[in-house]
Amino acid sequence: MSIEVRSLTHIYNDGTPFARVAINNIDLTIDDGEMVAIIGHTGSGKSTLVQHFNGLLRPTSGSVKIDGVEIGQKGVDLRTIRRKVGLVFQYPEHQLFEETVWEDVAFGPRNMGISDEEVRGRVERALRAVDADPSLAQRSPFELSGGEKRRVAIAGVLAMEPSVLVLDEPTAGLDPRGRQDLLGQIQRLQAERHLTVVFVSHNMTEVAQLADRLVVMHRGEIVMEGPPKQIFAEGEHLQTIGLGVPDMTALMQRLRAKGWDLPASALSVEEAEQAIMAILTEEARVGAGADV
Amino acid sequence: MPTFKSITIGQYIPGESLLHRLDPRTKILITGFLVVGLFFIDTFWGYGLAALYIGIAVLRSEIPAHYLLRGLRPVIAIILLTFVLNTFMTEGEVLWQWRFLTLTREGLSRGGMLAIRLILLIVGTSILTLTTSPIALTDGLENLLRPGKRVGIPAHELAMMMTIALRFIPTLLEETEKIMKAQMARGADFESGNLLQRAKSLLPLLVPLFVSAFRRADELAVAMEARCYRGGEGRTKLNELAFQLADYVVLVSSGVFILWLAWAL
Repeated sequence: MSIEVRSLTHIYNDGTPFARVAINNIDLTIDDGEMVAIIGHTGSGKSTLVQHFNGLLRPTSGSVKIDGVEIGQKGVDLRTIRRKVGLVFQYPEHQLFEETVWEDVAFGPRNMGISDEEVRGRVERALRAVDADPSLAQRSPFELSGGEKRRVAIAGVLAMEPSVLVLDEPTAGLDPRGRQDLLGQIQRLQAERHLTVVFVSHNMTEVAQLADRLVVMHRGEIVMEGPPKQIFAEGEHLQTIGLGVPDMTALMQRLRAKGWDLPASALSVEEAEQAIMAILTEEARVGAGADV
Repeated sequence: MPTFKSITIGQYIPGESLLHRLDPRTKILITGFLVVGLFFIDTFWGYGLAALYIGIAVLRSEIPAHYLLRGLRPVIAIILLTFVLNTFMTEGEVLWQWRFLTLTREGLSRGGMLAIRLILLIVGTSILTLTTSPIALTDGLENLLRPGKRVGIPAHELAMMMTIALRFIPTLLEETEKIMKAQMARGADFESGNLLQRAKSLLPLLVPLFVSAFRRADELAVAMEARCYRGGEGRTKLNELAFQLADYVVLVSSGVFILWLAWAL
């Protein structure tokens, strides 16, 4: 399922003294099955943009098409759109309300008006997808740990079995372990269900690890777009708009500045290790050769 | 969710007008006079003059009229109900009759007056909150209540509670909007269905909202204690309130005018 954004502008409180342009004339296409990360400084319009993907916000001007269907046009049922595009908000655990985890996850599918049988299947699949322990299902969502709450809340969206999953800072406030687990689950889901995934993040290492493509936003506009390697190779530009690069990219760039002939774009520790080992072996070989 | 954005209570609109610059105590006192005074007026002439007075205040406040009208929107139903009930339930000289409905001259005049009174009350008090920042407002109130301390009115505590309440109105509205959106993303429907269904559909909104309100209260209490808050005892102010010449002029002239209105008309 694809998302097509055309010259989208959103102004909050339009027509009042508090009017603020949150996003300004954005064009963006997200293809079926893609994993796209949107990065940007706080207030750059990322959250505003993703809320247009399921019609929670209406464009001030411009259009958003999901699979060729324009949101907001007459005869387009927003609830159908919201079934197709699952949106997980920042701190989704704040939306939990039911008496048991099971009931809370079942809230979404129940609103879709499907049979109890089908609801049960979906809840089970969703809880399994986020590796929630089956014993959690009958507990109150309010007595879970922070990480568990987050996963249950995400399961609440997954249970609607959307074909596009949009996550707004899914790992914010999680410990490193919870972060890794969640990212692994998202990756697995995308592969297994052929989901289109869009996620907003502040963590450069995280987006480098996960995304096929990065969209960099600054003051309501898209300033860069492309594969992570290409984007992070322009580390200086990122820094001028208040963003950084993944740790390993930063390391490589510092080594390059000291005169080492390394690639500019290592994203993971493994990649960096390989590149450094290669150059050290080469150095040793040349050094040994010179001695003879 | 336009319903939430239409509430103007506590919605300060920054500005540089004469009304913005007046001491909050001046504005609170005049609003107080006005609210009481409006209940004593019982002629249409009186209401006309009161409306004129409030109209001038609105002009001098330089606040776009639609903000004031927006503040009226949530209470239109109440105003209409009061008007209709008073118009048809008052006995007197019959003007028009249809089955059980009787329109009387007395009813019409009483209903009209009540409706005008309510509208003026709301517009008059809105001017106060629209031109005075919540901080200035509570500062002024605390100052005015201070003499009451001797008779056991906890001025500082009241002002602090008000500050906190006002401070959290936008936060809670924002939170409400956020949770509503999150539940709507899960297919919740807040707009259709009969009364019972609608009330039930609010559950997914209210439960998380209460949970978050309690969490916020808890966090705020801890944060205040961490900064050694212990009530108003021995607390000093960075910016002490001081009356200017304009305050005396406005206070005395408005006071006399409203008193005359209430007394004579």
